[in-house]
Amino acid sequence: MVWVNAIIQGVLIGGLYALFAAGLSLIFGVMRLVNIAHGDLIVLAAFLGLVVTTTLGFHPLTALVIVIPVMAILGYVLQYVLLNRTMGSDILPPLLVTFGLSVILQNGLLEAFSADPQKLNAGALETASLPMGSLNIGLLPLLMFVVAVCVIAGLQWIFYNTALGRAFRATSDNAEIAQLMGLNKNHVFSMAMALSLAVVAIAGIFLGTRTSFDPAGGPARLIFGFEAVIIGGLGNLWGTLIGGIILGVAQGIGAQIHPGWQQLAGHCAFLLVLAIRPTGLFPKVSH
Amino acid sequence: MLETRGLTSFYGDFQALFGIDIHVNENEIVSFIGANGAGKTTAMRTITGLLPCDNDMVTWKEKPIGQLRADQIAKLGIAMVPEGRQLFPSLSVEENLIIGAQSKRAGFWTLAKIYELFPILSERRSQGATTLSGGQQQMVAIGRALMSNPDIILFDEISLGLAPIVINQIYDALPDIINQGLSAIIVEQDLNRALHISDRYYCLSEGCITLTGNTDSADREKISTAYFGI
Repeated sequence: MVWVNAIIQGVLIGGLYALFAAGLSLIFGVMRLVNIAHGDLIVLAAFLGLVVTTTLGFHPLTALVIVIPVMAILGYVLQYVLLNRTMGSDILPPLLVTFGLSVILQNGLLEAFSADPQKLNAGALETASLPMGSLNIGLLPLLMFVVAVCVIAGLQWIFYNTALGRAFRATSDNAEIAQLMGLNKNHVFSMAMALSLAVVAIAGIFLGTRTSFDPAGGPARLIFGFEAVIIGGLGNLWGTLIGGIILGVAQGIGAQIHPGWQQLAGHCAFLLVLAIRPTGLFPKVSH
Repeated sequence: MLETRGLTSFYGDFQALFGIDIHVNENEIVSFIGANGAGKTTAMRTITGLLPCDNDMVTWKEKPIGQLRADQIAKLGIAMVPEGRQLFPSLSVEENLIIGAQSKRAGFWTLAKIYELFPILSERRSQGATTLSGGQQQMVAIGRALMSNPDIILFDEISLGLAPIVINQIYDALPDIINQGLSAIIVEQDLNRALHISDRYYCLSEGCITLTGNTDSADREKISTAYFGI
């Protein structure tokens, strides 16, 4: 039974990893940008949640109403003012600039909030659970998983059923020709980053309610996000969810064998997939 | 309506155009004739804003547009059917057409009108655009440009890589398109077709205009000379 429990917990935590990864996957898919600061932006969102919950007395989930739009606007401005200047045929400049951004964010957060670990207080939700047979499923992890599935489904819907999604796909296919259609590349890219950081906001709030966070915690989240994206296959959002689940389950099983193996087991699962299927389990099928 | 004055263009340090003067009047079809590398495509890419140039080098309806971005120029009513179709592979046939209407210009052309012009596209509307044959893809590319209800269309290598029978179909459709009050610039390898369809021609060689005139009084021998730049 402990194994079943470990796997179920792993699946649920996989939802959080998928949330870490979805934004990453989205901007890579639209503009081939690898955002090294993605993890730090997740931590920034968590701190933003902390400010909103402590100053306004909001529940962390209610704080999303403020944190999501703030992060989305930040994403738009960041892309429009800074990152668009680095975009081109060379992938190195945006990589270096987001790396620098990562350093700035970590140190800025350290300056503003100190290195003390912080946590968002979700009250009764943190300990609530649903009895399922002989197992108890935590309500918060379950909620996280359901939200992750909804976010991925939502992104998928935007991609394939809206004018914005059409613009994303066209610009991703051929940015030059997309401009001939009257699409402003800078605006399309900025909208993609806004959407990415809206998802980051959700990921950050859930991160903060599930576990403690500190200014230096970004890179670890970036790694989990990357691993989920690569396991699932680049550019495939549902694959990213599966990737997150595989990562979560591997960690759960590892932790069950020995607590020290939790992280290692996740990384091993990632390496295994990379060795056997370098393109990921569900690479995007090209038309 | 469209005019260039001393248009120059560079790829890095390489100069591709050396001061080109052209003009296109309303409802006029103009052809660019010249060998590969003469600068025909470069001229079109510069006019549509894909390559940079000085602001007063290109004027549209008496206004300089040289420094506008490609998407801004598209919204003014200048559309291009690029060489090699360049459809969006992730989009279906219908989505490729719809995205052509992105610049939200009202006018004669709608999805229904495009399907009337090319009925085969209606049957294939939900297919991936790049699963179509070359000729059908060219129809999508033309339809996509028309969906913006442009005042001028630039056709780059309209028949390149297509079967002769398909080329005939495309050329049969062209008068219907042009009669909707459009101007056009056409780049075409086939000299006879180019002279037949257009009112005036510009002969380009090594980034310069070497000959221009009305097609009804065109002297083939002179054009051949200008074409090869001898």
